[in-house]
Amino acid sequence: MLQLTNTRKVFARGTVDEVTALDGINLDVYPDNFVTIIGSNGAGKSTLLNIIAGVFPPEVGGKVIINGDDITKLSEYKHAAYVSRVWQEPSVGTAGKLTIEENLSLALSRGMSRGVRASLNKQRRELFHSALVPLRLGLEDRLSTPVGTLSGGQRQALALVMATISKPAVLLLDEHIATLDPRTAQTVLDLSDMVVRQERMITLMVTHNMEIALHHGNRLVMMHKGKIIVDIGQQDKQALTVSDLVTAFERAAGEQLTDESILLSQR
Amino acid sequence: MLQNILASAVSDGLIYSFVAIGVFLTFRVLAFPDLTVDGSFVTGGSIAAIIIANGGNPFLATIAAFAGGLACGSATGVLNTKLRISALLSGILMMVALYSINLRIMSGANIPLLRDITIFESIAHFFGTTKDITLVIGVLAVSALIFFIVLNWFLRTEIGLALRASGDNEQMVRSLGSDTDKNTIIGCAISNGLVAFSGALVAQNNGFCDVNMGAGMIVMGLAMVIIGEALFRPRGVASMLLSAIGGAFIYRLFITIALRLGLAPGDLKLITAVLVVLALAIPYIRKKVRHEWVPPAVKF
Repeated sequence: MLQLTNTRKVFARGTVDEVTALDGINLDVYPDNFVTIIGSNGAGKSTLLNIIAGVFPPEVGGKVIINGDDITKLSEYKHAAYVSRVWQEPSVGTAGKLTIEENLSLALSRGMSRGVRASLNKQRRELFHSALVPLRLGLEDRLSTPVGTLSGGQRQALALVMATISKPAVLLLDEHIATLDPRTAQTVLDLSDMVVRQERMITLMVTHNMEIALHHGNRLVMMHKGKIIVDIGQQDKQALTVSDLVTAFERAAGEQLTDESILLSQR
Repeated sequence: MLQNILASAVSDGLIYSFVAIGVFLTFRVLAFPDLTVDGSFVTGGSIAAIIIANGGNPFLATIAAFAGGLACGSATGVLNTKLRISALLSGILMMVALYSINLRIMSGANIPLLRDITIFESIAHFFGTTKDITLVIGVLAVSALIFFIVLNWFLRTEIGLALRASGDNEQMVRSLGSDTDKNTIIGCAISNGLVAFSGALVAQNNGFCDVNMGAGMIVMGLAMVIIGEALFRPRGVASMLLSAIGGAFIYRLFITIALRLGLAPGDLKLITAVLVVLALAIPYIRKKVRHEWVPPAVKF
Protein backbone atom coordinates (compact mmCIF):
# COMPACT_ATOMS: atom_id res chain seq x y z
CA MET A 1 0.00 0.00 0.00
CA LEU A 2 1.16 3.51 -0.90
CA GLN A 3 0.24 6.30 1.50
CA LEU A 4 0.83 9.99 0.96
CA THR A 5 0.01 12.18 3.93
CA ASN A 6 -0.09 15.95 3.96
CA THR A 7 2.23 16.12 0.96
CA ARG A 8 3.08 19.71 0.08
CA LYS A 9 5.67 21.12 -2.28
CA VAL A 10 6.54 24.77 -2.80
CA PHE A 11 9.01 25.84 -5.49
CA ALA A 12 11.03 29.08 -5.51
CA ARG A 13 9.87 29.90 -2.00
CA GLY A 14 10.19 33.55 -1.05
CA THR A 15 10.53 34.82 -4.62
CA VAL A 16 7.98 36.38 -6.95
CA ASP A 17 7.88 33.05 -8.79
CA GLU A 18 6.74 31.13 -5.71
CA VAL A 19 4.49 28.24 -6.75
CA THR A 20 2.64 25.77 -4.57
CA ALA A 21 2.92 22.72 -6.79
CA LEU A 22 1.32 20.34 -4.30
CA ASP A 23 -1.10 21.65 -1.71
CA GLY A 24 -1.51 19.03 1.02
CA ILE A 25 -2.19 15.80 -0.86
CA ASN A 26 -3.58 12.88 1.12
CA LEU A 27 -3.84 9.72 -0.93
CA ASP A 28 -4.09 6.04 -0.02
CA VAL A 29 -3.43 3.67 -2.90
CA TYR A 30 -4.30 0.04 -2.20
CA PRO A 31 -2.76 -3.10 -3.64
CA ASP A 32 -4.27 -3.87 -7.07
CA ASN A 33 -5.06 -0.19 -7.61
CA PHE A 34 -4.25 1.00 -11.12
CA VAL A 35 -4.79 4.75 -10.79
CA THR A 36 -4.96 7.02 -13.80
CA ILE A 37 -4.06 10.60 -12.92
CA ILE A 38 -5.32 13.43 -15.07
CA GLY A 39 -5.00 17.18 -14.82
CA SER A 40 -4.05 20.25 -16.77
CA ASN A 41 -0.54 21.64 -17.03
CA GLY A 42 0.73 22.75 -13.64
CA ALA A 43 -1.80 20.63 -11.74
CA GLY A 44 1.01 18.93 -9.82
CA LYS A 45 0.99 15.50 -11.48
CA SER A 46 4.70 15.41 -12.21
CA THR A 47 5.59 16.87 -8.82
CA LEU A 48 3.55 14.10 -7.21
CA LEU A 49 5.42 11.40 -9.12
CA ASN A 50 8.78 13.07 -8.43
CA ILE A 51 8.08 13.00 -4.70
CA ILE A 52 7.05 9.33 -4.79
CA ALA A 53 10.20 8.52 -6.82
CA GLY A 54 12.36 10.51 -4.40
CA VAL A 55 13.68 13.06 -6.91
CA PHE A 56 13.05 15.64 -4.20
CA PRO A 57 11.42 15.40 -0.76
CA PRO A 58 8.07 16.97 0.17
CA GLU A 59 7.88 19.95 2.54
CA VAL A 60 8.42 19.15 6.21
CA GLY A 61 5.42 17.30 7.65
CA GLY A 62 4.60 15.36 4.49
CA LYS A 63 5.10 11.62 4.41
CA VAL A 64 5.50 8.94 1.75
CA ILE A 65 4.92 5.44 3.10
CA ILE A 66 5.09 2.26 1.03
CA ASN A 67 4.04 -1.04 2.62
CA GLY A 68 4.67 0.45 6.05
CA ASP A 69 8.16 1.80 5.30
CA ASP A 70 8.58 5.57 5.59
CA ILE A 71 10.68 6.44 2.54
CA THR A 72 10.13 10.21 2.67
CA LYS A 73 13.73 11.10 3.44
CA LEU A 74 15.55 8.37 1.52
CA SER A 75 17.71 9.51 -1.39
CA GLU A 76 16.49 8.91 -4.92
CA TYR A 77 18.50 5.78 -5.60
CA LYS A 78 17.16 4.14 -2.45
CA HIS A 79 13.59 4.77 -3.57
CA ALA A 80 14.30 2.42 -6.45
CA ALA A 81 13.75 -0.57 -4.20
CA TYR A 82 10.14 0.52 -3.77
CA VAL A 83 9.30 2.49 -6.89
CA SER A 84 9.97 2.11 -10.59
CA ARG A 85 9.18 4.60 -13.29
CA VAL A 86 8.70 4.86 -17.04
CA TRP A 87 9.28 8.37 -18.39
CA GLN A 88 7.77 10.29 -21.24
CA GLU A 89 11.01 10.12 -23.25
CA PRO A 90 12.16 6.57 -24.08
CA SER A 91 15.76 7.82 -23.91
CA VAL A 92 15.42 8.62 -20.20
CA GLY A 93 14.37 5.13 -19.13
CA THR A 94 16.99 3.19 -21.08
CA ALA A 95 20.75 3.49 -21.66
CA GLY A 96 21.34 3.81 -25.41
CA LYS A 97 25.00 2.81 -25.48
CA LEU A 98 24.38 -0.43 -23.59
CA THR A 99 22.79 -3.55 -25.00
CA ILE A 100 19.27 -4.80 -24.28
CA GLU A 101 20.59 -7.48 -21.92
CA GLU A 102 22.85 -4.99 -20.10
CA ASN A 103 19.89 -2.65 -19.59
CA LEU A 104 17.80 -5.51 -18.24
CA SER A 105 20.63 -6.65 -15.99
CA LEU A 106 20.84 -3.17 -14.45
CA ALA A 107 17.09 -3.29 -13.86
CA LEU A 108 17.24 -6.77 -12.37
CA SER A 109 19.67 -5.54 -9.67
CA ARG A 110 17.14 -2.95 -8.49
CA GLY A 111 16.89 -2.89 -4.72
CA MET A 112 19.82 -5.26 -4.26
CA SER A 113 23.36 -4.30 -3.36
CA ARG A 114 25.46 -4.45 -6.49
CA GLY A 115 28.59 -6.50 -6.04
CA VAL A 116 31.28 -8.14 -8.13
CA ARG A 117 29.04 -10.92 -9.42
CA ALA A 118 28.93 -11.22 -13.20
CA SER A 119 26.22 -8.93 -14.55
CA LEU A 120 25.31 -11.42 -17.28
CA ASN A 121 25.16 -15.20 -17.34
CA LYS A 122 23.17 -17.96 -19.02
CA GLN A 123 20.50 -18.03 -16.34
CA ARG A 124 19.93 -14.27 -16.56
CA ARG A 125 19.80 -14.32 -20.35
CA GLU A 126 17.10 -16.98 -20.21
CA LEU A 127 15.15 -14.85 -17.76
CA PHE A 128 15.47 -11.80 -20.04
CA HIS A 129 14.43 -13.86 -23.03
CA SER A 130 11.24 -15.02 -21.36
CA ALA A 131 10.52 -11.51 -20.03
CA LEU A 132 10.67 -10.04 -23.54
CA VAL A 133 8.65 -12.70 -25.37
CA PRO A 134 5.22 -11.33 -24.27
CA LEU A 135 6.04 -7.99 -25.94
CA ARG A 136 5.91 -9.71 -29.35
CA LEU A 137 8.48 -7.28 -30.71
CA GLY A 138 11.19 -9.84 -31.33
CA LEU A 139 13.48 -8.14 -28.81
CA GLU A 140 14.13 -11.51 -27.12
CA ASP A 141 16.29 -12.55 -30.10
CA ARG A 142 18.30 -9.32 -30.08
CA LEU A 143 19.62 -9.33 -26.50
CA SER A 144 23.08 -8.08 -27.50
CA THR A 145 21.78 -5.22 -29.68
CA PRO A 146 22.63 -1.70 -28.45
CA VAL A 147 19.44 -0.04 -27.23
CA GLY A 148 20.29 3.15 -29.14
CA THR A 149 19.44 1.37 -32.39
CA LEU A 150 15.87 0.54 -31.32
CA SER A 151 12.81 2.62 -32.22
CA GLY A 152 11.10 4.82 -29.62
CA GLY A 153 8.26 2.35 -29.17
CA GLN A 154 10.64 -0.58 -28.74
CA ARG A 155 12.68 1.37 -26.21
CA GLN A 156 9.56 2.31 -24.28
CA ALA A 157 8.41 -1.32 -24.24
CA LEU A 158 11.86 -2.28 -22.95
CA ALA A 159 11.64 0.47 -20.31
CA LEU A 160 8.34 -1.05 -19.21
CA VAL A 161 9.92 -4.49 -18.77
CA MET A 162 12.86 -2.86 -16.94
CA ALA A 163 10.43 -1.17 -14.56
CA THR A 164 8.68 -4.42 -13.71
CA ILE A 165 11.30 -7.18 -13.94
CA SER A 166 12.33 -6.95 -10.30
CA LYS A 167 8.78 -6.16 -9.11
CA PRO A 168 9.05 -3.14 -6.81
CA ALA A 169 5.81 -2.29 -4.98
CA VAL A 170 4.87 0.76 -7.04
CA LEU A 171 4.98 1.44 -10.78
CA LEU A 172 4.86 5.04 -12.04
CA LEU A 173 3.92 5.65 -15.68
CA ASP A 174 4.71 9.30 -16.36
CA GLU A 175 2.90 10.18 -19.62
CA HIS A 176 4.85 7.28 -21.01
CA ILE A 177 3.04 7.17 -24.34
CA ALA A 178 2.91 10.92 -24.98
CA THR A 179 5.81 11.08 -27.43
CA LEU A 180 4.92 7.94 -29.39
CA ASP A 181 2.97 7.87 -32.66
CA PRO A 182 -0.69 6.81 -32.18
CA ARG A 183 -0.24 3.19 -33.22
CA THR A 184 2.88 2.60 -31.16
CA ALA A 185 1.23 4.44 -28.28
CA GLN A 186 -1.69 1.99 -28.38
CA THR A 187 0.70 -0.98 -28.42
CA VAL A 188 2.67 0.32 -25.43
CA LEU A 189 -0.57 1.13 -23.62
CA ASP A 190 -1.88 -2.41 -24.18
CA LEU A 191 1.45 -3.78 -22.97
CA SER A 192 1.17 -1.61 -19.86
CA ASP A 193 -2.29 -2.99 -19.12
CA MET A 194 -1.01 -6.52 -19.56
CA VAL A 195 2.08 -6.00 -17.40
CA VAL A 196 0.11 -4.32 -14.61
CA ARG A 197 -2.42 -7.15 -14.61
CA GLN A 198 0.31 -9.79 -14.54
CA GLU A 199 2.64 -8.27 -11.97
CA ARG A 200 -0.12 -6.86 -9.74
CA MET A 201 1.90 -3.77 -8.84
CA ILE A 202 0.36 -0.60 -7.44
CA THR A 203 0.32 1.59 -10.55
CA LEU A 204 -0.04 5.33 -11.04
CA MET A 205 -0.38 6.43 -14.66
CA VAL A 206 -0.26 10.12 -15.51
CA THR A 207 -1.94 11.05 -18.77
CA HIS A 208 -3.19 14.11 -20.59
CA ASN A 209 -5.84 12.16 -22.41
CA MET A 210 -9.29 11.81 -20.78
CA GLU A 211 -10.30 8.84 -22.92
CA ILE A 212 -7.23 6.94 -21.84
CA ALA A 213 -7.77 7.92 -18.22
CA LEU A 214 -11.33 6.58 -18.41
CA HIS A 215 -10.66 3.34 -20.24
CA HIS A 216 -7.58 2.18 -18.41
CA GLY A 217 -6.94 1.39 -14.78
CA ASN A 218 -9.52 0.92 -12.05
CA ARG A 219 -9.43 4.27 -10.28
CA LEU A 220 -9.29 7.81 -11.58
CA VAL A 221 -7.79 10.82 -9.86
CA MET A 222 -8.06 14.35 -11.23
CA MET A 223 -5.71 17.03 -9.98
CA HIS A 224 -6.02 20.78 -10.14
CA LYS A 225 -3.70 23.45 -8.71
CA GLY A 226 -1.89 21.00 -6.46
CA LYS A 227 -5.02 19.38 -5.06
CA ILE A 228 -6.95 16.20 -5.78
CA ILE A 229 -10.40 17.35 -6.89
CA VAL A 230 -11.87 14.11 -8.21
CA ASP A 231 -11.21 10.57 -6.98
CA ILE A 232 -13.41 7.90 -8.55
CA GLY A 233 -13.34 4.13 -8.02
CA GLN A 234 -13.84 1.38 -10.57
CA GLN A 235 -17.65 1.12 -10.35
CA ASP A 236 -18.39 4.81 -10.93
CA LYS A 237 -15.61 5.06 -13.47
CA GLN A 238 -17.13 2.51 -15.83
CA ALA A 239 -20.29 4.56 -16.29
CA LEU A 240 -18.38 7.79 -16.81
CA THR A 241 -17.94 9.72 -20.07
CA VAL A 242 -15.58 12.51 -20.98
CA SER A 243 -18.32 15.11 -20.65
CA ASP A 244 -19.15 13.78 -17.16
CA LEU A 245 -15.51 14.25 -16.34
CA VAL A 246 -15.53 17.83 -17.61
CA THR A 247 -18.65 18.54 -15.54
CA ALA A 248 -17.07 16.94 -12.49
CA PHE A 249 -14.01 19.08 -13.00
CA GLU A 250 -16.00 22.28 -13.33
CA ARG A 251 -18.04 21.53 -10.24
CA ALA A 252 -15.01 20.62 -8.14
CA ALA A 253 -12.69 23.35 -9.35
CA GLY A 254 -15.44 26.00 -9.52
CA GLU A 255 -14.25 27.21 -12.90
CA GLN A 256 -14.55 26.51 -16.60
CA LEU A 257 -12.26 23.91 -18.06
CA THR A 258 -10.23 25.78 -20.63
CA ASP A 259 -6.94 23.99 -20.74
CA GLU A 260 -6.46 23.31 -24.41
CA SER A 261 -4.37 20.22 -24.01
CA ILE A 262 -7.18 18.47 -22.15
CA LEU A 263 -9.93 19.60 -24.50
CA LEU A 264 -7.91 18.67 -27.53
CA SER A 265 -7.31 15.18 -26.31
CA GLN A 266 -11.03 14.42 -25.90
CA ARG A 267 -11.17 13.36 -29.57
CA MET B 1 67.10 0.97 -36.90
CA LEU B 2 63.51 -0.15 -37.59
CA GLN B 3 63.83 -2.64 -34.78
CA ASN B 4 64.95 0.14 -32.44
CA ILE B 5 62.01 2.32 -33.41
CA LEU B 6 59.55 -0.51 -32.89
CA ALA B 7 61.05 -1.60 -29.58
CA SER B 8 60.98 1.91 -28.19
CA ALA B 9 57.41 2.48 -29.45
CA VAL B 10 56.30 -0.79 -27.83
CA SER B 11 57.91 -0.03 -24.48
CA ASP B 12 56.72 3.61 -24.45
CA GLY B 13 53.29 2.54 -25.70
CA LEU B 14 52.95 -0.03 -22.94
CA ILE B 15 54.23 2.27 -20.19
CA TYR B 16 51.71 4.98 -21.18
CA SER B 17 48.91 2.52 -21.97
CA PHE B 18 47.88 2.75 -18.31
CA VAL B 19 47.30 6.47 -18.83
CA ALA B 20 45.31 5.65 -21.96
CA ILE B 21 43.12 3.17 -20.10
CA GLY B 22 42.70 5.63 -17.22
CA VAL B 23 41.63 8.44 -19.53
CA PHE B 24 39.37 6.03 -21.40
CA LEU B 25 37.65 5.14 -18.09
CA THR B 26 36.85 8.75 -17.21
CA PHE B 27 36.27 10.35 -20.61
CA ARG B 28 34.52 7.50 -22.36
CA VAL B 29 33.06 5.21 -19.71
CA LEU B 30 32.03 7.81 -17.13
CA ALA B 31 31.72 10.77 -19.54
CA PHE B 32 33.68 12.68 -16.89
CA PRO B 33 36.42 14.90 -18.41
CA ASP B 34 38.94 14.43 -15.62
CA LEU B 35 42.02 16.68 -15.75
CA THR B 36 43.43 15.37 -12.45
CA VAL B 37 45.69 13.18 -14.60
CA ASP B 38 48.43 15.81 -15.06
CA GLY B 39 48.85 15.90 -11.27
CA SER B 40 48.19 12.28 -10.33
CA PHE B 41 50.75 11.04 -12.87
CA VAL B 42 53.45 12.92 -10.97
CA THR B 43 51.98 11.89 -7.61
CA GLY B 44 52.49 8.27 -8.63
CA GLY B 45 56.03 9.00 -9.76
CA SER B 46 56.95 10.95 -6.66
CA ILE B 47 55.51 8.42 -4.20
CA ALA B 48 57.43 5.61 -5.90
CA ALA B 49 60.59 7.74 -6.18
CA ILE B 50 60.69 8.87 -2.56
CA ILE B 51 60.18 5.31 -1.28
CA ILE B 52 62.78 3.82 -3.63
CA ALA B 53 65.31 6.62 -2.99
CA ASN B 54 65.04 5.82 0.71
CA GLY B 55 65.84 2.18 0.07
CA GLY B 56 62.26 0.90 0.07
CA ASN B 57 60.99 -2.13 -1.84
CA PRO B 58 60.24 -1.06 -5.45
CA PHE B 59 57.17 -3.33 -5.65
CA LEU B 60 55.68 -1.81 -2.52
CA ALA B 61 56.63 1.63 -3.86
CA THR B 62 54.72 0.97 -7.09
CA ILE B 63 51.69 -0.33 -5.23
CA ALA B 64 51.82 2.72 -2.92
CA ALA B 65 51.89 4.93 -6.03
CA PHE B 66 48.75 3.18 -7.33
CA ALA B 67 47.07 3.74 -3.96
CA GLY B 68 48.07 7.41 -4.07
CA GLY B 69 46.41 7.69 -7.46
CA LEU B 70 43.24 6.09 -6.07
CA ALA B 71 43.19 8.80 -3.39
CA CYS B 72 43.68 11.62 -5.95
CA GLY B 73 40.82 10.31 -8.11
CA SER B 74 38.51 9.83 -5.13
CA ALA B 75 39.14 13.44 -4.11
CA THR B 76 38.19 14.68 -7.59
CA GLY B 77 35.08 12.49 -7.54
CA VAL B 78 34.07 13.84 -4.14
CA LEU B 79 34.54 17.46 -5.28
CA ASN B 80 32.21 16.79 -8.20
CA THR B 81 29.52 14.63 -6.59
CA LYS B 82 29.38 15.83 -2.99
CA LEU B 83 30.23 19.52 -3.47
CA ARG B 84 28.69 19.82 -6.95
CA ILE B 85 31.75 21.43 -8.54
CA SER B 86 31.75 20.80 -12.28
CA ALA B 87 33.80 17.84 -13.49
CA LEU B 88 36.26 20.01 -15.42
CA LEU B 89 36.84 22.39 -12.54
CA SER B 90 37.15 19.54 -10.00
CA GLY B 91 39.95 18.08 -12.08
CA ILE B 92 41.69 21.42 -12.56
CA LEU B 93 41.51 22.18 -8.83
CA MET B 94 42.99 18.78 -8.00
CA MET B 95 45.69 19.19 -10.64
CA VAL B 96 46.78 22.50 -9.12
CA ALA B 97 46.58 21.22 -5.56
CA LEU B 98 48.60 18.14 -6.48
CA TYR B 99 51.44 20.29 -7.82
CA SER B 100 52.10 21.53 -4.30
CA ILE B 101 51.49 18.11 -2.80
CA ASN B 102 53.94 16.49 -5.22
CA LEU B 103 56.64 19.04 -4.26
CA ARG B 104 55.98 18.16 -0.61
CA ILE B 105 56.15 14.39 -1.26
CA MET B 106 59.53 14.75 -2.98
CA SER B 107 60.72 17.61 -0.69
CA GLY B 108 61.89 19.26 -3.90
CA ALA B 109 61.34 19.48 -7.62
CA ASN B 110 62.90 16.14 -8.56
CA ILE B 111 64.42 12.93 -7.29
CA PRO B 112 67.11 11.01 -9.20
CA LEU B 113 66.89 7.21 -9.04
CA LEU B 114 69.97 6.35 -11.05
CA ARG B 115 71.75 4.39 -8.34
CA ASP B 116 68.67 2.88 -6.74
CA ILE B 117 67.07 -0.52 -7.24
CA THR B 118 63.88 0.05 -9.28
CA ILE B 119 61.22 -2.53 -10.10
CA PHE B 120 62.98 -3.26 -13.40
CA GLU B 121 66.38 -3.87 -11.79
CA SER B 122 64.78 -5.94 -9.09
CA ILE B 123 63.08 -8.23 -11.65
CA ALA B 124 66.23 -8.34 -13.81
CA HIS B 125 68.19 -9.40 -10.76
CA PHE B 126 65.65 -12.16 -10.04
CA PHE B 127 66.11 -13.58 -13.56
CA GLY B 128 69.88 -13.15 -13.36
CA THR B 129 70.13 -10.57 -16.14
CA THR B 130 70.46 -6.79 -16.34
CA LYS B 131 67.88 -4.16 -17.24
CA ASP B 132 67.52 -3.91 -21.03
CA ILE B 133 64.69 -3.06 -23.43
CA THR B 134 63.51 -6.69 -23.68
CA LEU B 135 63.19 -6.96 -19.94
CA VAL B 136 61.38 -3.61 -19.70
CA ILE B 137 58.91 -4.65 -22.41
CA GLY B 138 58.39 -7.98 -20.67
CA VAL B 139 57.62 -6.38 -17.30
CA LEU B 140 55.31 -3.80 -18.87
CA ALA B 141 53.50 -6.36 -21.01
CA VAL B 142 52.78 -8.53 -17.98
CA SER B 143 51.50 -5.53 -15.97
CA ALA B 144 49.31 -4.41 -18.89
CA LEU B 145 47.93 -7.92 -19.26
CA ILE B 146 47.09 -8.10 -15.55
CA PHE B 147 45.27 -4.75 -15.63
CA PHE B 148 43.48 -5.73 -18.83
CA ILE B 149 42.21 -8.98 -17.31
CA VAL B 150 41.13 -7.33 -14.06
CA LEU B 151 39.36 -4.41 -15.75
CA ASN B 152 37.75 -6.63 -18.37
CA TRP B 153 36.30 -8.67 -15.52
CA PHE B 154 35.41 -5.69 -13.33
CA LEU B 155 33.53 -3.74 -16.02
CA ARG B 156 31.28 -6.76 -16.57
CA THR B 157 30.35 -7.19 -12.92
CA GLU B 158 27.14 -5.68 -11.55
CA ILE B 159 28.99 -2.71 -10.11
CA GLY B 160 31.09 -2.30 -13.27
CA LEU B 161 27.97 -2.34 -15.43
CA ALA B 162 26.37 0.32 -13.21
CA LEU B 163 29.55 2.37 -13.62
CA ARG B 164 29.38 2.12 -17.41
CA ALA B 165 25.70 3.02 -17.38
CA SER B 166 26.39 6.08 -15.17
CA GLY B 167 28.34 7.63 -18.03
CA ASP B 168 25.46 6.97 -20.41
CA ASN B 169 22.27 7.77 -18.51
CA GLU B 170 22.77 8.92 -14.94
CA GLN B 171 19.08 9.57 -14.30
CA MET B 172 18.19 6.02 -15.27
CA VAL B 173 20.95 4.50 -13.16
CA ARG B 174 19.71 6.37 -10.07
CA SER B 175 16.15 5.30 -10.76
CA LEU B 176 17.32 1.68 -10.92
CA GLY B 177 18.80 1.97 -7.43
CA SER B 178 22.51 2.53 -8.03
CA ASP B 179 24.31 5.38 -6.25
CA THR B 180 25.70 7.39 -9.18
CA ASP B 181 27.85 9.51 -6.84
CA LYS B 182 29.58 6.37 -5.63
CA ASN B 183 30.01 5.13 -9.20
CA THR B 184 31.67 8.38 -10.26
CA ILE B 185 34.04 8.33 -7.29
CA ILE B 186 35.00 4.68 -7.91
CA GLY B 187 35.56 5.34 -11.61
CA CYS B 188 37.73 8.42 -11.03
CA ALA B 189 39.70 6.55 -8.37
CA ILE B 190 40.51 3.57 -10.61
CA SER B 191 41.37 5.89 -13.50
CA ASN B 192 43.85 7.95 -11.49
CA GLY B 193 45.21 4.81 -9.84
CA LEU B 194 46.20 3.58 -13.30
CA VAL B 195 47.66 6.98 -14.22
CA ALA B 196 49.72 7.09 -11.02
CA PHE B 197 50.87 3.52 -11.67
CA SER B 198 52.08 4.67 -15.08
CA GLY B 199 53.86 7.64 -13.47
CA ALA B 200 55.60 5.29 -11.03
CA LEU B 201 56.84 3.09 -13.89
CA VAL B 202 57.95 6.06 -16.00
CA ALA B 203 59.95 7.50 -13.08
CA GLN B 204 61.62 4.12 -12.48
CA ASN B 205 62.32 3.55 -16.17
CA ASN B 206 63.77 7.01 -16.74
CA GLY B 207 65.73 7.00 -13.50
CA PHE B 208 64.23 10.18 -12.09
CA CYS B 209 60.98 11.84 -11.12
CA ASP B 210 60.35 15.49 -11.92
CA VAL B 211 57.47 17.64 -10.72
CA ASN B 212 56.75 18.77 -14.30
CA MET B 213 56.70 15.36 -15.96
CA GLY B 214 52.88 15.25 -15.94
CA ALA B 215 52.39 18.38 -18.02
CA GLY B 216 50.10 17.64 -20.97
CA MET B 217 49.48 14.07 -19.83
CA ILE B 218 45.71 14.44 -20.19
CA VAL B 219 46.00 15.55 -23.81
CA MET B 220 48.38 12.70 -24.55
CA GLY B 221 46.00 10.22 -22.93
CA LEU B 222 43.13 11.61 -24.94
CA ALA B 223 45.14 11.41 -28.16
CA MET B 224 45.88 7.74 -27.48
CA VAL B 225 42.22 6.95 -26.77
CA ILE B 226 41.03 8.80 -29.87
CA ILE B 227 43.61 7.16 -32.14
CA GLY B 228 42.65 3.76 -30.77
CA GLU B 229 38.98 4.42 -31.41
CA ALA B 230 39.55 5.73 -34.91
CA LEU B 231 41.73 2.79 -35.95
CA PHE B 232 40.08 -0.14 -34.21
CA ARG B 233 36.41 1.00 -33.96
CA PRO B 234 35.89 -1.01 -30.77
CA ARG B 235 32.59 -2.51 -29.62
CA GLY B 236 32.29 -4.10 -26.24
CA VAL B 237 34.40 -3.88 -23.10
CA ALA B 238 37.39 -6.01 -24.09
CA SER B 239 37.90 -4.42 -27.48
CA MET B 240 37.60 -0.91 -26.02
CA LEU B 241 40.32 -1.65 -23.48
CA LEU B 242 42.51 -3.21 -26.17
CA SER B 243 41.98 -0.28 -28.51
CA ALA B 244 43.14 2.13 -25.79
CA ILE B 245 46.33 0.05 -25.46
CA GLY B 246 46.67 -0.14 -29.24
CA GLY B 247 46.12 3.61 -29.51
CA ALA B 248 48.92 4.18 -27.00
CA PHE B 249 51.28 2.09 -29.13
CA ILE B 250 50.37 3.82 -32.41
CA TYR B 251 50.69 7.25 -30.78
CA ARG B 252 54.14 6.45 -29.44
CA LEU B 253 55.12 5.02 -32.83
CA PHE B 254 54.15 8.35 -34.41
CA ILE B 255 56.16 10.25 -31.82
CA THR B 256 59.21 8.03 -32.07
CA ILE B 257 59.29 8.36 -35.86
CA ALA B 258 58.75 12.13 -35.66
CA LEU B 259 61.69 12.42 -33.26
CA ARG B 260 63.91 10.29 -35.49
CA LEU B 261 63.03 12.53 -38.41
CA GLY B 262 64.60 15.36 -36.48
CA LEU B 263 61.62 17.03 -34.82
CA ALA B 264 62.44 18.95 -31.62
CA PRO B 265 61.08 17.17 -28.51
CA GLY B 266 59.64 20.52 -27.43
CA ASP B 267 57.21 20.47 -30.38
CA LEU B 268 55.61 17.18 -29.39
CA LYS B 269 52.96 18.70 -27.15
CA LEU B 270 51.85 21.05 -29.91
CA ILE B 271 51.57 18.17 -32.36
CA THR B 272 49.61 16.13 -29.83
CA ALA B 273 47.26 19.03 -29.15
CA VAL B 274 46.67 19.58 -32.88
CA LEU B 275 45.98 15.86 -33.28
CA VAL B 276 43.30 15.98 -30.58
CA VAL B 277 41.80 19.18 -31.98
CA LEU B 278 41.50 17.56 -35.41
CA ALA B 279 39.98 14.40 -34.01
CA LEU B 280 37.39 16.36 -32.06
CA ALA B 281 36.63 18.89 -34.80
CA ILE B 282 36.32 16.59 -37.81
CA PRO B 283 32.97 15.02 -36.82
CA TYR B 284 31.57 18.52 -36.19
CA ILE B 285 32.85 19.92 -39.49
CA ARG B 286 31.53 16.87 -41.33
CA LYS B 287 28.06 17.50 -39.89
CA LYS B 288 28.27 21.21 -40.71
CA VAL B 289 29.09 20.42 -44.34
CA ARG B 290 26.11 18.07 -44.55
CA HIS B 291 23.87 20.74 -42.97
CA GLU B 292 23.02 18.42 -40.09
CA TRP B 293 21.94 19.73 -36.72
CA VAL B 294 24.79 20.22 -34.28
CA PRO B 295 24.37 20.92 -30.57
CA PRO B 296 25.50 24.34 -29.26
CA ALA B 297 28.97 24.66 -27.78
CA VAL B 298 29.31 23.33 -24.25
CA LYS B 299 30.65 25.88 -21.77
CA PHE B 300 31.31 23.47 -18.94
